[in-house]
Amino acid sequence: MSEKFDCIVVGAGPAGISCAYELAKAGVKVLLLERGEYPGSKNVMGGVLYRKMMEDVIPEFWKEAPLERPVVEQRFMMLDKESAVTFGYKGMEWGQEPYNNFTVLRAKFDQWFAGKAVEQGALLVNETVVLECIVENGKVVGVRTDRPDGDLYADVVVLADGVNSLLAKSLGFHKEFRPDEVALATMEIIKLDKKTIEDRFNLEENQGTTIELFGDATKGILGTGFLYTNKDTLSIGVGSLLSGLIKHKIKPYELLEYVKNHPMIRPFIAGGEPVEYLAHMIPEGGYHSMPKVAGNGVLVVGDAAQLVNAIHREGSNLAMTSGQLAAETVLLAKEREDYSEHTLNHYRSRLMSSFVGQDMKKYKDSTHHFDKFPQYFDKYIPMMNKAASQMFTVDGSSKWEKQKKIWKDVGTAGEKLKLARDAYRAWKVMK
Amino acid sequence: MLHIVACIKQVPDTKIIKMNPKTNTMDRASAPAILNPYDAHAVEEAVRLKKRYGGTVSVLTMGPPPAVKAIRKCIEIGADEGYMISDRAFAGADTLATSYALTKAIEKISKIKPVDLIICGKMTIDGDTGQVGPGIARRLDMPPLTSVNKVEEINQQEGYAVVHRKLEDGYEVIQSTMPCLMSVEKEINDVPYSSMTNMLKAARYQPIIWAVADLEGIDRVQLGLKGSPTIVSKVWAPTKPSGGTMLEGDPGEQAEKLLNVLLEKKELFTVKGGDNS
Repeated sequence: MSEKFDCIVVGAGPAGISCAYELAKAGVKVLLLERGEYPGSKNVMGGVLYRKMMEDVIPEFWKEAPLERPVVEQRFMMLDKESAVTFGYKGMEWGQEPYNNFTVLRAKFDQWFAGKAVEQGALLVNETVVLECIVENGKVVGVRTDRPDGDLYADVVVLADGVNSLLAKSLGFHKEFRPDEVALATMEIIKLDKKTIEDRFNLEENQGTTIELFGDATKGILGTGFLYTNKDTLSIGVGSLLSGLIKHKIKPYELLEYVKNHPMIRPFIAGGEPVEYLAHMIPEGGYHSMPKVAGNGVLVVGDAAQLVNAIHREGSNLAMTSGQLAAETVLLAKEREDYSEHTLNHYRSRLMSSFVGQDMKKYKDSTHHFDKFPQYFDKYIPMMNKAASQMFTVDGSSKWEKQKKIWKDVGTAGEKLKLARDAYRAWKVMK
Repeated sequence: MLHIVACIKQVPDTKIIKMNPKTNTMDRASAPAILNPYDAHAVEEAVRLKKRYGGTVSVLTMGPPPAVKAIRKCIEIGADEGYMISDRAFAGADTLATSYALTKAIEKISKIKPVDLIICGKMTIDGDTGQVGPGIARRLDMPPLTSVNKVEEINQQEGYAVVHRKLEDGYEVIQSTMPCLMSVEKEINDVPYSSMTNMLKAARYQPIIWAVADLEGIDRVQLGLKGSPTIVSKVWAPTKPSGGTMLEGDPGEQAEKLLNVLLEKKELFTVKGGDNS
């Protein structure tokens, strides 16, 4: 016996759950398949949940969702070996409704979010791996799972199977990703007393800080680190492009140990007990790595569609919006009773005209640019630290002399020109 | 057609649970709630007997509302119906009060459809007593067949069951009248990967939930904390074994040293009933 659904969503992460939620709400018979023990059990992110896109799916979710802390402060640390240039913003407006973003622990949050989709009428089946899409006459008509009598049929299948998206790959939507298209992030959850966290990060109750780490956090190779405050844990992690790890022969967990022992970071986590260790791939190839996102009877959303804005460490929000847009498109197709690529391609145009597509385009060359020119991370950040040290050290020399010295330290005329050129280039890829 | 009731419980996963070092109690929030592993084998055995002889498998649990998850797990394994008794009045029950409450629920299930066989897991992993099964059997005046590791035969017409009971040094084959209650060992079966049909059924399944008021002729004094004479005087976490000796040398030397150690401590390995004491 094989049952037919209107829609099967493969993967219960932010993209898949958003899609299933919207469809169930509209009365569509939707099945959500998850390979983990429960939604969230295999999902990883640093931990920032963006309010706006989540609110688009579930208004006022902060009243009941399992959130850690609303983020009232964002800091950015440009690390050298024994120093850091830090800037950031803290504002009380982020600490009250409607909030800006929150730290979350995915194992709890995704489970809750999937529960909301089930409340709307989505059917959730866990611990089930989808082996392949069932294709008949050039159209995806269902999925084959690893369970006995595991073939399931649907008018449309939404692939939300995450970064590697073996399903989209087997449909020929993308090739195996190159090491410079994916990052590998490792992170730890460190248990620390609530009060200690609030003291160390200068927070009051129900306030959180995010710190993004650049430069020496990744030993100068392209990547970033992060340190986020949860209720009574800290999330600390570091991620960098696979290509960088391979080139510098660095093991991902070595990077994490390195950042945990960095003199600028060590005091934050001192005395904490690691309670969880996680690692995951992040699609960072950007716009150029995006696969085909719509085919006959099939749509691709979230990480599976490579929807990550690496520069702004955004991903879950892009995923949610893509899931919603996919749901809207499925509803359109249902109305037209046409699940061909022609109709489903509306998803692509909706996606590309939304902030998701706009941001993917805006930063289309940024990862590649910073990967190609390592000097931003291994040279200019240390330079910035030295300049700050020079400028703020009171040693009797005049500020004018100091400026001259800083400018001299940049190097030869050729190197100065290179700095100017790199600054222009960086502006160009980010503008 | 057999009607088999499997009694199950949702328990914290004691493989990963943490003990609160101050109070020496289990920190239940530190571990996910799972279907008691022995009970999965009980349900699987019920499902196998259903396949062999035809019939219906009902599962029964007592627990708070989230225990619905454990019932769904049983539906995944292949149970047909799930009953749950859930009420504040049941809270704090020991094995005596639990077996009383479950008995009352089984009596109610019997009115819907007469029960031929009750199957329980050997014990729960959070209590480790193995008393609830026999407690139910006593109250229902059924033969309790404990430590069952094989069901040889069920003969509904003649009204008997033949099972293997695990003993410390072997097994015994016994025949019992029916209806009877079995509590089963883990090795009785392997619980297979559930079919998609069962997964979908489970995802949709809503169990039948009864409160105390739904159970007839129930004596509230025998329920929950009030009905529980058990007093837990002390709970402690067993100390982890430490020390030990590493045997050095090449494999031959190590084997010889090991043999010497074993001979030295042979009284530890003496077989019960043997003549080498």
